[in-house]
Amino acid sequence: MAGHFEPLPGGGAAAPLDDVEISILRSLAVQLLELIGPGEEPAGTDDLLASIFNDGPSEPPADPVLARLFPDAYGGPDLVPDDDVRAAAAEFRRYTENDLRSRKRDDALALVRALDALTPGGDGGAVLRLTPDECRQWLGALNDLRLAIGTRLEVTDEDDGGELLRLPDTDPRKPMVMAYLWLGGLQETLVESLMR
Amino acid sequence: MGRVSAHPSPMIILRPHRCTLGVRASTADAVRTARCALSVPVEIERPQSSEAPFAVPAPDVPWVTIVHNDPVNLMSYVSYVFQSYFGYSKDKAHQLMLDVHHKGRAVVSSGSREEMERDVQAMHGYGLWATLQQDR
Repeated sequence: MAGHFEPLPGGGAAAPLDDVEISILRSLAVQLLELIGPGEEPAGTDDLLASIFNDGPSEPPADPVLARLFPDAYGGPDLVPDDDVRAAAAEFRRYTENDLRSRKRDDALALVRALDALTPGGDGGAVLRLTPDECRQWLGALNDLRLAIGTRLEVTDEDDGGELLRLPDTDPRKPMVMAYLWLGGLQETLVESLMR
Repeated sequence: MGRVSAHPSPMIILRPHRCTLGVRASTADAVRTARCALSVPVEIERPQSSEAPFAVPAPDVPWVTIVHNDPVNLMSYVSYVFQSYFGYSKDKAHQLMLDVHHKGRAVVSSGSREEMERDVQAMHGYGLWATLQQDR
């Protein structure tokens, strides 16, 4: 039962979480927030116009996790980018990446807030109950967390049920793999709850 | 999957492996790099005269949104996104998801460049890997 969402009557979903699960989820979400960052702030913060017209970056992030969370809109794996494609990708990024960062921050913050609103019982565990709107934000946050961890672990299609599952307990990647699989179970059952 | 919560220690670190300055520093570096790059003349030139027409793509040359395969995204989640964002039927969303998974990519929508930019931005919001291009 642990690590599984179930649909609630009237929409939404619920999942029982123990104290360790709550602490890991919160820690991961906070790290994701730190990774996404506060976004670019204009030099003169008292200049309202500057903040309204503050453009985002035009180059993809150097960190592979951020590059996966904020991919180029033009190009892709099947296309050798020419100058036009690179220019279009840069322009698109300038006008959209800040909004995208805000959305991902909001989703991760919704996750942290829902965890902080829990009132744990004597064993430190609690039942998390999400409204339909919260479910959508959790889906986004869980997916971003799995993208982040999957990128760090360099997960490939061949790893499905493969090498990563058979890591010895001494492998330093083991805790992250366990978290990755556990988040996958949470997300899968949350999707199922919403599709019902 | 079984109960794994007993095993993972809370010491799961998301920051880059080789980062010596911490997460905030690496983010700041990326931001700085991006700021420097702003001086590169990538701005697409637009006609200054009000009489010159904007470079609006001809309506008969459609653009498409392509979703690329990704080893992380759950198949059920990809289907869910196609149903909830595009409003596709369960069957159509499932078929598109299978195309992404098996063929590596699928065209999920088509229309004007502006519409496709909106769709790509939405896909990135959901965490799907999407690009747009002119349908040739």
